[in-house]
Amino acid sequence: MTTANDAALTGLSLQAASLELQAGAISSRQLTEACLARIAATDGRVGAFLAVTGERALQQADRSDRRRAAGGALGPLDGVPLAVKDLFLTRGVPTTAGSRILEGFVPPYDATAVTRLEAAGAVLLGKLNLDEFAMGSSNEHSAYRPCRNPWDLTRTPGGSSGGSAAALSARQCFGTLGTDTGGSIRLPASFCGVVGLKPTYGRVSRYGVIAFASSLDQPGPLGRTTWDVAALLGAIAGPDPHDLTCAARPADDYLAALEGGARGLRIGVPREWFGGGLQPEVEARVREALTTYQRLGATLVEISLPHSRYGIAAYYLIATAEASANLARYDGVRFGLRAPGVRALQELYSESREQGFGAEPKRRIMLGTYALSAGYHDAYYLRAQKVRTLIRRDFDAAFGRCDVVAGPVAPGPAFKLGERTGDPLQMYLADIFTITCNLAALPGLSVPCGLARGLPVGLQLVGRPFDEATLLKAARALERELGPAPVPAALEAAP
Amino acid sequence: MALTLDEVRRVAALARLKLSEEEERLFAEQLSAILDHVRELETLDVTGVPPMTHALAEGEAVALRPDALVPGLSPEEALGNAPAREGTCFKVPRIIE
Repeated sequence: MTTANDAALTGLSLQAASLELQAGAISSRQLTEACLARIAATDGRVGAFLAVTGERALQQADRSDRRRAAGGALGPLDGVPLAVKDLFLTRGVPTTAGSRILEGFVPPYDATAVTRLEAAGAVLLGKLNLDEFAMGSSNEHSAYRPCRNPWDLTRTPGGSSGGSAAALSARQCFGTLGTDTGGSIRLPASFCGVVGLKPTYGRVSRYGVIAFASSLDQPGPLGRTTWDVAALLGAIAGPDPHDLTCAARPADDYLAALEGGARGLRIGVPREWFGGGLQPEVEARVREALTTYQRLGATLVEISLPHSRYGIAAYYLIATAEASANLARYDGVRFGLRAPGVRALQELYSESREQGFGAEPKRRIMLGTYALSAGYHDAYYLRAQKVRTLIRRDFDAAFGRCDVVAGPVAPGPAFKLGERTGDPLQMYLADIFTITCNLAALPGLSVPCGLARGLPVGLQLVGRPFDEATLLKAARALERELGPAPVPAALEAAP
Repeated sequence: MALTLDEVRRVAALARLKLSEEEERLFAEQLSAILDHVRELETLDVTGVPPMTHALAEGEAVALRPDALVPGLSPEEALGNAPAREGTCFKVPRIIE
């Protein structure tokens, strides 16, 4: 039973909840109980969680309350209920990657990002739904249950971090972690009306994050406000000796830079991101946001990213090639599903993989194996890596004339469940505007910029390497103008 | 570009995937469509362009750690998810006849 008081609590931003805790107005236990009640009341319809660890969360909450009572509170995340995508390893808590092949798998260690959230005193409510192995743009490739968009339960929340965005939009928790390989944080953030940040490649450790495409994967935060995302990024970013692809430079103070405003900011507007399949209502919201920036003292600069159109093609060769190698470890030998009754080793591999993987990982393993196979490597994988260089050079040239690049996150708002599952290529095209940012290893963010046909639209901002602070500052300037993102009404109607 | 069923079977064998006949037909069709799309890369002149082989820019990487002994997983932790084990080993079907 959700009470009016619970609803007031779960509707707070992370920042507001944190201030209430610091003021002693509420306890972490109260906040955690309110979130658990909200999850119990709404998640049967939303499907954001694959597992809720209520008892563990309440223990963490009580420890936080005791710390605070003793004068030893840790910082803005202490006692705040959060949740992470079920791609992050959590010691002692089952981790599935949304796949049957990891059903029942209990990690023996924590992902670095999880360790850091817990060291900051955060309460972890559970594991969030996703496309299997983070492969998808709608969360429909989850092997366990679909996740629905709290704005319209007949639509997808976007993917692959669908649960990470839907849980925030549904007021089930105050912040989440997702991962972004081709748009998997920004697309769901856009579809669900929350803020999502894909950091620069190497800004956040990938240690303990189940690998999909190692040169593209990057963990990052989602929140209901830019402040919330800045606080979360500050907690998880920074060097990690466990990940040699994690940058050595320390994290910035993202909260200190947040209120800097947009005056003097040079915003690059790539002409290639405003053509083709971009829906008029989405374009209108994005153009309005750009006009708002001008009013705030920013300058718009027309730029060109001529190789953007090759992004999807390059991505689906590189990402699948790397995935085919990363997913080779699921062979039924050391962990995960083992096909029963098998008498020969080769059969053990192929039977276990046949039974454990869903259609999308199989499709990508096939494509990646083909692209890397003898006689095809140079024509596909190597050529795609060269195109990746050209895409990065486009951005490097643009950043000589602007500080951030702005455009749409996706061609349209959230699409209907089932609309694209039969046509993988159509599904892949949902990532057409987000994918170049991953290929160029740059930071990218989605911030709500209004509604199209009653559904949220996100503005995408892409920044220079390791310049997350400018992205957050720019997003904050827009957020201050537009006010808090509206609350979806669909969930409040009778079930 | 149409991928034949034989090619699909060859790739599935390389990937240690056992596909049903239905999956073989579906993947032949879907992968052909995707490969048609990626062929647009062939229209680009990439002569002299170096491949981007590292996503992390040079100079950003962490220095290698000292070559010192650090604790790792215990055998019990490492074997905790084993589908079958014998002693401190993972157990698999017979490999050598």
